[in-house]
Amino acid sequence: MTEEAPAPLLKLRNIRKSFGDLEVLKGIDLDVAKGEVVSIIGASGSGKSTFLRSINAIEPADKGTMDFDGQQFDFDRDSRYYPSARQLQALRARIGMVFQSYNLWPHKTVLENVIHAPMNVLGQSRAEATEVAGALLDRIGLYDKKDSSPQRLSGGQQQRVAIARALAMKPRLMLFDEVTSALDPELVHEVLMLMASLAKEGMTMLLVTHEMSFARDVSSRVLFFDRGVIGEQGAPSKVLRDPESPRLRQFLHSILHDDLSQAGAAKGLIQ
Amino acid sequence: MSGYLNDIQVYGPGFLSAAWTVLWLTLLTIVLSWVFGLAAALGQRSDLAWVRAIAAFYVWFIRGTPALIQIFIVYFGMPQLGIRLSPYTAGVLALAINSGAYVTEIIRSGLQAIPKGQTESSLALGFSQRATMRTIILPQVARIILPSITNEALSTLKNTSLLSTITVVELTLYAQTLISATFRPFDFYIAVAIIYLVLTTILTQLAAFFERRYARLY
Ligand SMILES: Nc1ncnc2c1ncn2[C@@H]1O[C@H](COP(=O)(O)OP(=O)(O)O)[C@@H](O)[C@H]1O
Ligand SMILES: [Mg+2]
Repeated sequence: MTEEAPAPLLKLRNIRKSFGDLEVLKGIDLDVAKGEVVSIIGASGSGKSTFLRSINAIEPADKGTMDFDGQQFDFDRDSRYYPSARQLQALRARIGMVFQSYNLWPHKTVLENVIHAPMNVLGQSRAEATEVAGALLDRIGLYDKKDSSPQRLSGGQQQRVAIARALAMKPRLMLFDEVTSALDPELVHEVLMLMASLAKEGMTMLLVTHEMSFARDVSSRVLFFDRGVIGEQGAPSKVLRDPESPRLRQFLHSILHDDLSQAGAAKGLIQ
Repeated sequence: MSGYLNDIQVYGPGFLSAAWTVLWLTLLTIVLSWVFGLAAALGQRSDLAWVRAIAAFYVWFIRGTPALIQIFIVYFGMPQLGIRLSPYTAGVLALAINSGAYVTEIIRSGLQAIPKGQTESSLALGFSQRATMRTIILPQVARIILPSITNEALSTLKNTSLLSTITVVELTLYAQTLISATFRPFDFYIAVAIIYLVLTTILTQLAAFFERRYARLY
């Protein structure tokens, strides 16, 4: 926000999405610069997940345009920029996504989970993919689990493998959808640490989170989702400490009670 | 006792060749029923309404009518439409169409048992729908449905006896031929039962072997 802004990595305009009569995204505009870490907060059902899922189009928007990494998409079915199935695949290969429920593949080992897409989507050789995967598993401290079934790992370990699996594709952007919400409290920290270190390395990240201390300490910007629109956004200090809208104030108040108990644990995440 | 040993010498080769017929008819039918079942199960999830309608009609029709009538329709009925099939071809086709409907339901329930997140994480990494189905979903479905698919295979194996009615010389018809010449229905039907037991036991053991192998993979 201070220096001159280069072209954003991700530029969204008027993203709209309905499920039947239910309008979930009501025209979202967003620019995300390379290296930015954007936290999305908001009440359950406000459209946060739907928004992330429209960005990598596993649930494509009904309307709106997207520029990503120099490529243009128009989600209006009639547009000539409406992406083909193949273009969507190529898009998704460059955007990593991590889910609340890990979604590792139980019929593959940890290592196989990580090398599957690099080999079969990017066409890497097994040796090449295994080398990259080995380094990633080493980084998350799970190299010795590489031949285990993911189901034998703790939730925190599974989620770190899921992050490694996404990173193995060398994504330009990472999407995280409440990735610590399913974890036991004592396992949250190890996942947040990994995400914080990614942020520090300059990974562009868009994350939905209920971890207010993480949003405050790690992100460059916080978006408050409110019933399908961005109700308020800005620097974490501004949005989280000095909210303008009553609805955001109310939201922060409602989660503060949950978060206070954990705030101490997450503090000191960033040196 | 020596009479029975003599019987085995006299009738054994005939029973063996009839058992062999049952075996390959069954294997062919099973493979074909998987093809039909997979096609229909995927058809049930198609974006195209008419594909879903065909799949639904197929399952509804087959599960709602007797297998014997289905066999008669294929073997005796089709010639009226100008399609004449050998008893063996008609038999395999009819049994596979029949079993395929049950396989459809088995695969359908297997597909439902796989969490949506499995597909989503695969799509999110850049895989196509097809590759996701082939490398992520179906391998997991295969493991889940193994016990019920084994049951269905056993049914198919036993249903081959129905083909005796359309002149396929399998175990039952072979035994009936012998019975009409010897008037020993008890002996020969027991012999048929024993051979079926051997075949079903082998099939069950084979399935158990695969189940153990899968269990180790996970
Ligand atoms: N596939 C879907 N079909 C129908 N409704 C959906 C679907 N996905 C989400 N919704 C609805 O859209 C609204 C927003 O959901 P979601 O984006 O998951 O919210 P959040 O992540 O903020 O909790 C909710 O009312 C939800 O029920
Ligand atoms: Mg959500």
